[in-house]
Amino acid sequence: MSLTLLSSILVDGVAYAMILFMITVGLSMTMGLMRVVNLAHGAFAMMGGFLAAKIPVALGVPIWVGFVLAIGLVALIALPIERLLIRRFYQRDELDQMLVTIGLMFVATAGANVLFGSSLTSVPLPEAFHGTVDLGFRSIPRHRLIVVATGLVVVIVLWLTVDRSSFGIRVRAAVDNAPIARAVGINTKLIYAATFALGAALAALGGIAGAELLPMEPSYASRYLVTFLAVVAVGGHGNLFGSFFAALLLGIVETSMKYMVPQLASAAFFLTMFVVLLLRPRGLFGRHV
Amino acid sequence: MTHRLRAQNLCHSFSGLTVTHNVTLNLPDGARTALIGPNGAGKTTLVNLLSGALRPQSGDIRLGDRSIVKLPQYARVRSGIVRTFQISRLFKELTVAQNVEIAVLQRHRASFQWWPSRSRNACVRGEVDETLGLLGLQSKAGRVVGQLALGEQRLVEIALALAMKPQVLLLDEPGAGVPQGEGGLIMEAIESLPKDLSILLIEHDMDLVFRFASHIIVLVAGAVMAEGSPQEVAANEQVKDIYFGRDGHAPAH
Amino acid sequence: MSAVMKPMAHVAPSQSRQWMSCHGEFMLLVVGLAAFMLFPQDLGLLTNMAAMSIFALSVNLVLGQAGIASMGQAALYGSGAYVAGWTALYLSTDPILGLMLGGLGGGVVALLSGAVMLRSTKLTLVMLTIAAAQLLLELANWASGITGGDDGLSGFSIGPLFGVWEFNFIGSTGYFYALGVLVLVYFLLRNLVDSPFGLTAKAIRQDPGRVEALGGRVYPHLLAVYTVGGLLAGFGGALTAQTSKVANLSMLDFQTSAGVVVIIVLGGRRRLSGAVLGTVAFMTIQHIASTLNPQHWLFVIGLMLIFVLIVLPEGLIGIVDQLVLLARRIGRKGSAP
Repeated sequence: MSLTLLSSILVDGVAYAMILFMITVGLSMTMGLMRVVNLAHGAFAMMGGFLAAKIPVALGVPIWVGFVLAIGLVALIALPIERLLIRRFYQRDELDQMLVTIGLMFVATAGANVLFGSSLTSVPLPEAFHGTVDLGFRSIPRHRLIVVATGLVVVIVLWLTVDRSSFGIRVRAAVDNAPIARAVGINTKLIYAATFALGAALAALGGIAGAELLPMEPSYASRYLVTFLAVVAVGGHGNLFGSFFAALLLGIVETSMKYMVPQLASAAFFLTMFVVLLLRPRGLFGRHV
Repeated sequence: MTHRLRAQNLCHSFSGLTVTHNVTLNLPDGARTALIGPNGAGKTTLVNLLSGALRPQSGDIRLGDRSIVKLPQYARVRSGIVRTFQISRLFKELTVAQNVEIAVLQRHRASFQWWPSRSRNACVRGEVDETLGLLGLQSKAGRVVGQLALGEQRLVEIALALAMKPQVLLLDEPGAGVPQGEGGLIMEAIESLPKDLSILLIEHDMDLVFRFASHIIVLVAGAVMAEGSPQEVAANEQVKDIYFGRDGHAPAH
Repeated sequence: MSAVMKPMAHVAPSQSRQWMSCHGEFMLLVVGLAAFMLFPQDLGLLTNMAAMSIFALSVNLVLGQAGIASMGQAALYGSGAYVAGWTALYLSTDPILGLMLGGLGGGVVALLSGAVMLRSTKLTLVMLTIAAAQLLLELANWASGITGGDDGLSGFSIGPLFGVWEFNFIGSTGYFYALGVLVLVYFLLRNLVDSPFGLTAKAIRQDPGRVEALGGRVYPHLLAVYTVGGLLAGFGGALTAQTSKVANLSMLDFQTSAGVVVIIVLGGRRRLSGAVLGTVAFMTIQHIASTLNPQHWLFVIGLMLIFVLIVLPEGLIGIVDQLVLLARRIGRKGSAP
């Protein structure tokens, strides 16, 4: 394998993995924390991408401001969805949760169709993202590097805030034993809402960052649903580093196959997921119940 | 004297925490043994170990003269060891009769029969009626379990176990959660159980325990602290400490 | 639990008359005949509904009765379709043979995949079923030589039913063929669900651990249910392929798996009749909505799903039950002195 091929696989694979990570980490957190399966999660990524594409033009602001606004808007939209719909399903059967969120996904898809049209929409990037960076043996598109850097920043920030802070401790308390957490004064409802909104915001970020690899279209949520679920399942719900490594594993496997045996890229992705789940049903780093 | 069920030196721990500590226990034919102890003493864990829901890390369990410790749960049930659950685990969407029917079908190994048959139906029906009769549940046969009162559900829980025609019955707090008035029903049901059935009863209600038991085992922190006849156990200083405290106050249960 | 409707008590059927009380089958026949007479222009759609109903019935068995969380049932449906197509192309155009082999195809795929997957439960199982179906889809795509790839399998002809009734473009033979199979499958399935096998499956759905504490073995039972489900889904797929003369990759994809699950939830998960009702409702709405505005139908289905799950957990059959109950009450009042 030549160095060029290897470096291409690594760069593209890691960039793809970072996108998958950013989009799915929120889903993993909701599944781990609230034990809710939200099959419409991809819709947040889609919303982020579409809004990022339209806002700069509509409001006449610089592109990166548009990105920030888009992410914020998605987080705001997520709040009433959690409050009015998802919250009713915390105690219900997982299958019911999956079904109602499929319904949500259909609604989001139809909505996107009406608002943004049915063809692929591209997200224009700020000037800073254009161009390439010369590493000596090859040049890498600057966009890829920024995506990788963003992903790393996200995982580090999440690690510091969720895993190690007092907020994180409260979150884990709420996970382990909600009634007792509430009795101790931890506001579980607020934590659920915040987690859901945060997950949506991160998905929006991932959607925007990944718009080149995963183009924006109304059927985005259903097209990539299985992909996103696979990352969460392989990583283990509720596990930050699990999501990260699962994204890396699946992202690199699929990308390498894309370069070497393109017809089997998708199959390789799902085969990896199948095998991991058989051997470790709770994912690579899943928690024991 | 051969014991019907004997556990020897059972040990088990969860993630490094010892929950069952060298427990030895004998149930003769027709045993009326009560297992008491503070919350968290490991009583339900012991039942799980005996029934096969858990495999002990060391120790032996013998039914009659053969060792069953390596048998999985379903094999132990088929050998005649049946347990009930502290919190009723019933099939809430089905009727009382259907719940018992499921147990009867398991006993007959008939759960795979895929076509209804009149003769088999009659046989199963008969056993269901018989079991319901033992517990006075005939009038409730067609009621959906989810709509029954808690006391009635506890009775169905026992009915499920009885339908298996067990040799050994492990009753985990059959009166748990039942309001004061209905506790009598449960007690009557237990008293009318077949005399040769070996019963291990976990209970917190001391009235029930002293009324029922001919032998009491006191389990504390996973180990047998004391055992003997009700009089012996009641007179035991250590037991009195556990239940009534040093200053003689009854514990808050 | 349900905000609006109280759940109907599950009434145990009188065991001695089980196989005799053919209300459901009778209704199906009557409705089927009525539909034939009322909508002679739409026989293609009605035939599709009948075939889809069989698929929905299989998913009702697996998911609604036994509680096996599978979102990959399209793999079995599509397998049946392709096997029926290959049978017609390479073996014999006899429809019954194609039907049987299609069912066998679905059953075998279910048995093999189920043996591996059913050791897992709940969410892991869902993911595995999705992955397995996706893998099968990829395999079918890759083996485009025998599956026709994106274009699908077509150009096969179906011989006359029982050697007598030709399949013509009017579609009446196709319709009665599908309807006949539907009624037969419904009959068999109803007896299965009411049998000890079915009762134990329902118990497993509600509390598998309790069944094990009664001496039952959950895995073999679920595997048997899943295989039967595969068999029936295979019948559904075979019928679709035979009556529409096409078998393609979309019959294996996630949209198809998700669609059939939506159907059984819509109709009512706990009752077999819900599967048929759900299919008719879903496909009717789809038909109407697609003639009006293809985009909006997704919106309607999504809203319907959310609505049913929040307000009507029993599904549409719950409404039917309430109406029947109401009618009986009125009837009783009317006849009281």
